[in-house]
Amino acid sequence: MPKVVIDELRCKGCGLCTTACPYGLIRMSDKLNRQGFLPAVISDEDQEKCVSCAMCARICPDVAITIFKKVNIA
Amino acid sequence: MSSALQQVFAHPVSLKDVQTHFCPGCQHGTIHRLVAEAMDHFGVQEKTIGVASVGCSVFLYGYFDIDVVEAPHGRAPAVATGVKRACPDKFVFTYQGDGDLAAIGTSEIIHAANRGEGMTVIFVNNTTYGMTGGQMAPTTLPSQKTSTSPYGRNVANDGYPIRMAELLAQLEGVTYSARVAVNTPKNVVQAGRVIKQAFETQIQGRGFSFVEVLSACPTNWGMDPLKANARIGEEMIPYFPLATFKDTSAA
Repeated sequence: MPKVVIDELRCKGCGLCTTACPYGLIRMSDKLNRQGFLPAVISDEDQEKCVSCAMCARICPDVAITIFKKVNIA
Repeated sequence: MSSALQQVFAHPVSLKDVQTHFCPGCQHGTIHRLVAEAMDHFGVQEKTIGVASVGCSVFLYGYFDIDVVEAPHGRAPAVATGVKRACPDKFVFTYQGDGDLAAIGTSEIIHAANRGEGMTVIFVNNTTYGMTGGQMAPTTLPSQKTSTSPYGRNVANDGYPIRMAELLAQLEGVTYSARVAVNTPKNVVQAGRVIKQAFETQIQGRGFSFVEVLSACPTNWGMDPLKANARIGEEMIPYFPLATFKDTSAA
C-alpha cells in the first residue's frame, strides 16, 4: 500500500509539492494527464523512503494528495 | 507484530470533492482547505453561512459544502452584517480578495470592523486583481508591474500598498487581526492555526476577527508557480510582515 496517494486527475502540475518534500521524493511526470498537465508522481521505491510527514499534502493547492502512515499493531 | 496504514491527511468534509477552476499554483485552494478544516474542527459546517465576494474567490459556493450568499463587489461585510444580525446563532464568514476588500469594499470592511460585527473575514492578498486580468490593486507592491502599471507601481502617483491587517487592528471593534502566508508547509500550518483562532473568536461571541492570507497569483504575475511561490517570501513578506496584530483574548 502506498503512503502518498496523488490524485493524478486532480493535480494541475504546479510542482509546489516537489519543493515541500524534505527528502525530494516527488517529481513531475513526463506524461500528460487528462487535463493536459504534467502531474506529480512518486515511484514505488520512494514510497518506502517516505516518512508520511504530509508536507506535500499541506502545500498542495488542489488537495490532490492523501497521506497514509505505517503504524504497528500488536 | 504487524503493521497497517493509517490515514493521516484527508480531504476536509466541509470542502466538496470537486475540481476547482483555479490556475495551477493558485493558493486559493490551499486557503479553501484551511477554512474547511477549521469548520470541521469546530463542527460548524451545518450552521455556517459563507459570504462570497467578487473575484476568483466568488466560486467558493461551488467548492464549500455550506450555505453561501453572494454579495455585490466589495459588499460582503455589509451582507454578512445582515446575515449575522438576522441569524445570530449562525457561523458567518466572508472570503474576499484584495481588489474586493481593500479597494471597492474599503468602506464596508472598515465600518463592519469598527462596529465589531460578530463575523470572521478571510482576506486573500495576492497584490493584484486576479480575475479581471491583473490590474493594479491597493495592495500592489511598489514598482510591481501589472496590466495597469506597465512601468511598475509609482508610489508618487499611486501611493503605497495598504496593510489591512495593521489598519484594522487599530479599531476598537476588532477582537482578532493577523496576517499569515501559505508559501511553505510551516506557514501553511501556522495559517491553519490562526484561522482556527479567528473562528474560535466568533464561536465564543467575542466579536470581529480578521485574517489576511498572502497568496500567489502566478498567471497575473507572469511567473511559473514555483517562482510565484518564492516571490511571497522574497518580496511580499518583507512588506507585509506575518504576525498577530491584535488578540484581545490574549491580554
